[in-house]
Amino acid sequence: MNGVHDMGGMHGMGPVQEQKNEPVFHEQWEGRLFALRRAMGAWRKWNIDVTRHEVELVPPADYLRMSYYERQFVAFLVLLAKRGFITPKELDAGKPALGSTVAVPALTVEKAAALIAKGAPASRDVPVAPRFETGQRVRARNINPVGHTRLPRYARGKLGTIDRDHGVFVFPDTNAHYLGEKPQHVYSVRFAARELWGQQVAQQDSVYLDMWDDYLDPA
Amino acid sequence: MTTNRRDFLSAAVTAAGAALTPELHHTHDHEHQAVPSDLALRVKALESLLVEKGLVDRAALDTLIDAYEHKIGPRNGAHVIARAWADSAYKQRLLTNADAAIAELGYGGMQGEHMVVVENTPEVHNMIVCTLCSCYPWPVLGLPPVWYKSAPYRSRSVIDPRGVLSEFGLDLPADVEVRVWDSTAELRYLVLPERPAGTAQLSEEQLAALVTRDSMVGVAKVAPPQAGVSA
Repeated sequence: MNGVHDMGGMHGMGPVQEQKNEPVFHEQWEGRLFALRRAMGAWRKWNIDVTRHEVELVPPADYLRMSYYERQFVAFLVLLAKRGFITPKELDAGKPALGSTVAVPALTVEKAAALIAKGAPASRDVPVAPRFETGQRVRARNINPVGHTRLPRYARGKLGTIDRDHGVFVFPDTNAHYLGEKPQHVYSVRFAARELWGQQVAQQDSVYLDMWDDYLDPA
Repeated sequence: MTTNRRDFLSAAVTAAGAALTPELHHTHDHEHQAVPSDLALRVKALESLLVEKGLVDRAALDTLIDAYEHKIGPRNGAHVIARAWADSAYKQRLLTNADAAIAELGYGGMQGEHMVVVENTPEVHNMIVCTLCSCYPWPVLGLPPVWYKSAPYRSRSVIDPRGVLSEFGLDLPADVEVRVWDSTAELRYLVLPERPAGTAQLSEEQLAALVTRDSMVGVAKVAPPQAGVSA
């Protein structure tokens, strides 16, 4: 979707402000939320692309006003309700509905440790032929899907070169909508900065984006 | 006080087939105040609810928080960089198969399943961003700082990397090539910074102590050892 999350190249956001000796979590609730999201993710009722898209659906004015963790919280509440984990009544009351069943947590301490150590690879060991090879000239497709995509607006329609093939990965545009993983090759694609931004930028500079087969056409 | 957020939540959840009506009073006008914020209370209430329903285990939450607050952070990445500086065979492995090379030192896992390491030289400067969200290599750098997740960094790094670097105090010569890596997929990037001058005698541990988080994101260089600190 052409949302405000797709920020690459926008102006007017102000200077980058670095905080010295910044804590990992600025407030305790941020850490609790961070962990809650992983613990609920272990139920496998959604995937990482679903969670990213849910954050993108936060309306633009709210998205820009909120902190990172505030956005995550709002999107998390919506997702919990959508997938039937909690009801509005339960959230208001702060306790489970009378007579509701008690589950056994999906994420145990042991599984949390394994998740931290191993993660959840997005690569897929399936025989899918690459559509492009290293060094090939490509053009990013000019697509404007209303759903989730990882093809930023600033690269659409632009000419680039395949820098390397990373192998086969889950395709977010379908996976974010529970429409399957549609595994395909992901490449680092090099775009000259001038192709993206015009003649005012340095001639030798470039931006590399990771792109799936479905984002590219031969040029 | 704005009601936008409450309206949004109602609308969003109505669309989801439910009628969630949380009272989200928190606004940015009085953020980070001393009393527990509304959000702190709301997250606490949500945690209690999920625990009571048997959906989450508090001890598992503590395990996750402890790992990212105390165990996983940029010292891991600094260890990797120092090893690459000290051992050229390791450096080659790191640049050609980062996952395996990083795993040699015991690091890896969530949000670092597919790593790529890019090398800074006097001619080429690499920097990392995620314009679409906030992707970052957790196993080697920990969770990202606020500036990395902020709109200014995400919006400007790709169109004006030299301006952004300048704000970090790094003014690159005009003839250096800048490569910006936008983390649009599940690949996670780590910059191998240039080894500073005057470090030939340093041990791997001493080298690691020089390496900063910012240098591994590519928004800073590694400074030479200060006088009196070197071996």
